[in-house]
Amino acid sequence: MTELLPTVLLVEDEPQMRRFLRATLQSHGYKMLEATTAAEGIAMATQWNPELVLLDLGLPDADGLEVTRRLREFSAVPILVISARGQETDKVAALDMGADDYLQKPFGAGELLARMRVALRHAARTPDAETVYEFGDVRVDLPRRQVCKAGEQVHLTPLEYKLLVTLVKNAGKVVTHRQLLREVWGPNAANETHYLRVYMAQLRQKLEEDSARPKFLATEAGVGYRLRAE
Amino acid sequence: MPEPRANPDQLLRRLQAEEARAQRAKLKIFFGAAPGVGKTYAMLEAAQAAKTQGRDVVVGLVETHARQETQALLHGLDRLPLRALPYRGQTLQEFDLDAALRRRPDVLLVDELAHTNVPGSRHPKRWHDVVELLDSGIEVWTTLNVQHLESLNDVVAQVTGVRVRETLPDAALERADEVELVDLPPDALLQRLKDGKVYAPEAANRATGGFFKRGNLLALRELALRRTAERVDEDVRAHRHAEGIEATWPVAEHILVCVGPTPSSADLVRAAKRMAAGLRARWTALAVEVPQNRPAPQAQAALVQHMRLAEQLGAQVVTLTGNSVSEEVLAWARAQNVTRIVLGKPTHPRWRDVLFGSLLDEVVRGSGDIQIHAIAGLPAPMPDAPQRARRPLPSLRELTAASLAIASCTGIAALLYGHVATSELAMVYLLGIVAVATRFGRAASLLASILSVAAFDFCFVPPHFTFAVSDVNYVATFSVMFVVGVVISTLTERVRHQGMAARRREARTAALYGLSRELARARDLPQILMASRTHIASVFDAQLLFLVTEPTTGMLEQPAPRDDFQLDQRDASVAAWVLEHDQLAGLTTDTLAAAHALFLPLATPNAKLGVLGVLPADPARLREPGQRQLLETFAQQVVGAMARVRLTDDAHSSRVQAERQELRNSLLSTVSHDLRTPLAAITGSATTLLEHSHHDAETRRDLLETIRDEADRLNRLVTNLLDMTRLESGGLQPKREWTPLEEIVGASLDHLSRALVNHTIRVDLPANLPLLPVDVVLFEQVLMNLLDNAAKYTPPGTPIEISAQGDAQQVVVEVADRGPGLPAGSEARIFDRFFRAPSGSGIRGTGLGLAIVHGIVTAHGGTVSARNREGGGAVFRLTLPVEGAPSAPPEEEA
Repeated sequence: MTELLPTVLLVEDEPQMRRFLRATLQSHGYKMLEATTAAEGIAMATQWNPELVLLDLGLPDADGLEVTRRLREFSAVPILVISARGQETDKVAALDMGADDYLQKPFGAGELLARMRVALRHAARTPDAETVYEFGDVRVDLPRRQVCKAGEQVHLTPLEYKLLVTLVKNAGKVVTHRQLLREVWGPNAANETHYLRVYMAQLRQKLEEDSARPKFLATEAGVGYRLRAE
Repeated sequence: MPEPRANPDQLLRRLQAEEARAQRAKLKIFFGAAPGVGKTYAMLEAAQAAKTQGRDVVVGLVETHARQETQALLHGLDRLPLRALPYRGQTLQEFDLDAALRRRPDVLLVDELAHTNVPGSRHPKRWHDVVELLDSGIEVWTTLNVQHLESLNDVVAQVTGVRVRETLPDAALERADEVELVDLPPDALLQRLKDGKVYAPEAANRATGGFFKRGNLLALRELALRRTAERVDEDVRAHRHAEGIEATWPVAEHILVCVGPTPSSADLVRAAKRMAAGLRARWTALAVEVPQNRPAPQAQAALVQHMRLAEQLGAQVVTLTGNSVSEEVLAWARAQNVTRIVLGKPTHPRWRDVLFGSLLDEVVRGSGDIQIHAIAGLPAPMPDAPQRARRPLPSLRELTAASLAIASCTGIAALLYGHVATSELAMVYLLGIVAVATRFGRAASLLASILSVAAFDFCFVPPHFTFAVSDVNYVATFSVMFVVGVVISTLTERVRHQGMAARRREARTAALYGLSRELARARDLPQILMASRTHIASVFDAQLLFLVTEPTTGMLEQPAPRDDFQLDQRDASVAAWVLEHDQLAGLTTDTLAAAHALFLPLATPNAKLGVLGVLPADPARLREPGQRQLLETFAQQVVGAMARVRLTDDAHSSRVQAERQELRNSLLSTVSHDLRTPLAAITGSATTLLEHSHHDAETRRDLLETIRDEADRLNRLVTNLLDMTRLESGGLQPKREWTPLEEIVGASLDHLSRALVNHTIRVDLPANLPLLPVDVVLFEQVLMNLLDNAAKYTPPGTPIEISAQGDAQQVVVEVADRGPGLPAGSEARIFDRFFRAPSGSGIRGTGLGLAIVHGIVTAHGGTVSARNREGGGAVFRLTLPVEGAPSAPPEEEA
């Protein structure tokens, strides 16, 4: 079984982080490639074609943004960004540039493995493979454009529906404000984050048990939203 | 008999004058009657002598006019290079003021004090340069001819027939510490001229024909000698005064000179100055503005020129407003104990006096014991007769209204006709004229007067419906009607103008009051600038620019928001000059007049606060009498407010300094204690696990959980320390976004789900709560810290409640618990850094969480408070202002 698990490229300059990640990932059967600088990371990604990249934002020779940009020039490999608090701007920039998700230091092994699974699943899935998606007692039927909660149909406005679908298609992954705005309102609305917040509040009212303590439509403060999967 | 002694006031004044003189460097003038008498030569001789005494004498500029003896004397003296200035395609050599200020010699020689500088120099006149040199402490020696003295200008013109253009205020001569007369008998001068020692031979021939006539030279010599004698006399008087010798002090005379726009007024002013100097009297120049005769702009400018001349010659300058010039002059003269009034001799034909009255005559009759001097001006080229400003043409609407009013009067009169005497009907028309005059001004009421007479005659005076008059008595009625009509319209017009003048004055006063009231409320610089900008710009119809000195460096900076007009390189240097010299300069002044705007210094006696630039829509308005004083009054108000705010800032920054020190101390103790405790727990647990592999599963799990929890705690502490540092350094600018409170509450509850697991959470947020303009990440931190605090200090099982109310102006968020509450008296201190409520529970906080809450909420312009609630527990209340509203999302069909 373990041979089937994918190859992960870790780009991280701090030895103790590498040690922790190596121990965790190898014990779960992932194959590991390790790079300590941005240049080395890009070279190894080109050479070995890994199936996932774990990328630290603070590297000695170039920042993670640059690595994301270069990787995206030739590869659609899922990229998980590892960042520290206070790097919100860089984090959002990396995500907008094509990184798939992020992990904020310090993080636990469980969280890391869950994020990796989501990213790998999205990469493996063909675009319109899934047509019906369920979370909690909510069922989203994409072909019929129908949303039900506890078996009863919920009426959503066209924009609410579009927003929900965008989150559903990226289930488990963080989607940045900019990505959501562009997807739902079009390219001109990229700075009107309050539209988005108002519609998210409406979606929570309609789909969550307690809109003040959402279980599924989670907020990633300063970054975007995530539909919690699993 | 007691000895006459200098009274204390006089002594004090003398001391002050001497002190000022000691601070100011000496000015020595080599004074002569005409060019060629040897002033420059004498000056250079003195310079050579001073140099041999070891003084640092430097030549700033000397005109040798190619005279060989003079040039020889320059030998061995340091000379400053001249400044080349382009002017109308030529390059002119000019005295370099900045070079002199940099060189700072003991004594600087600057020839020709009355010289007019090339346009583009800092000051229009060389004597302005000299004043600046003196102010900076450099002793100056210079030369001057008698014909350049302002107060003698017209006398010289009368004597020689040549108007000298380059004049110098008498104050410059009076300011001199030493005046050395360089005298040469006219015959000797003429001989020197003939020998070519003054000008080149051909120029000399021309000169002897014009200015250098023997008669002229004699007269000029007399003037120079007399002026020097006066000067010596003043020195003697000052000396006697100093020694307390009062005996010859004359009765205080006060001379008043009436100034108008006619060119001869300038001569009146000079005559008054000479009279005042002769009598050693103080003197005042007075102009009376008559509201209904607003002079034409040219005349206004001429009047301002004359008043400025008077001011330069040392007069007090007064402008009054009134209907009768003679009454205003006499009233003011009485009130101020004027002893002599100087007026111009009338130059207009006699019939005008008969018709309109004569100012001279009225003043003479009303003057009582005041002496009147009527003085003729020079038959100067009269440009245009003084013009009145053209009245606005009466509008067609006004004239139509006047006609309609008289038509209705005719109607009313027709109704009354037969019931009252025909002559009484005239009263109806008078009423109509009054009505028109009060509403529509002079032209309309004059028209009404004419129409009334015509209509009355045509309709009611037999024979009817013709303009013929059978009864001669009616001619008297007509005359009275017309005269009364004209008088009424004139009076009404006058009242209207007075009303307008009063309104203008009132508007100024109101603006000044408005500014001072708003400034009193202003708490910081932007508010002061905002208030000043609105009020000053509207009163003076000008664009404003503020430059403020940076408190530590003293450099001028343009504060945000950007101002009405941009500052170019030249204006910036003018502003810097204004700041340095604490004098206004630029447009409409004599100093650096080439600037685009007028610059006023904003300074208190001990601090230079900044510069105010004023770019008027119409520069002529700033030249009007009184306007600049008014502007300075406004500026003074701004200075007061700025000084107040700056003092407050200083006090604040020194307090911040002290707090920072305290913070550093607390930080060290926190780091040493609070960081080590979790580290000790982690190290202990990890080594136990490593060294003893025989633990049972439960112990292993316990140790591992300790490691995880302590690491979490360490992470929180480090996060808090970082946040605090960022807040303290002032580098934390909230990135505001309009956000529903619910989303922030949701996110913070989500993050704290592990810490809150033992508490019931109740959230009560009204559906219509407005969006909050907050930094989402920071505000999530605020709620997390409050919730974490509540979870930490309240027993498990107790509820924690989050609620909010708000409107479009502000939102109040409360986090309430049912724990033990706050220790008495700690409500205010709980938000201080490193404050930890004394508690026996052994709970260890960092003492930073609430301080961070306070810091973040304050950075959002909000407030935070804590109190104990009824029934037990604590409430933390955040109040956040909501300013403005986000754009609504585009509508969509549901």
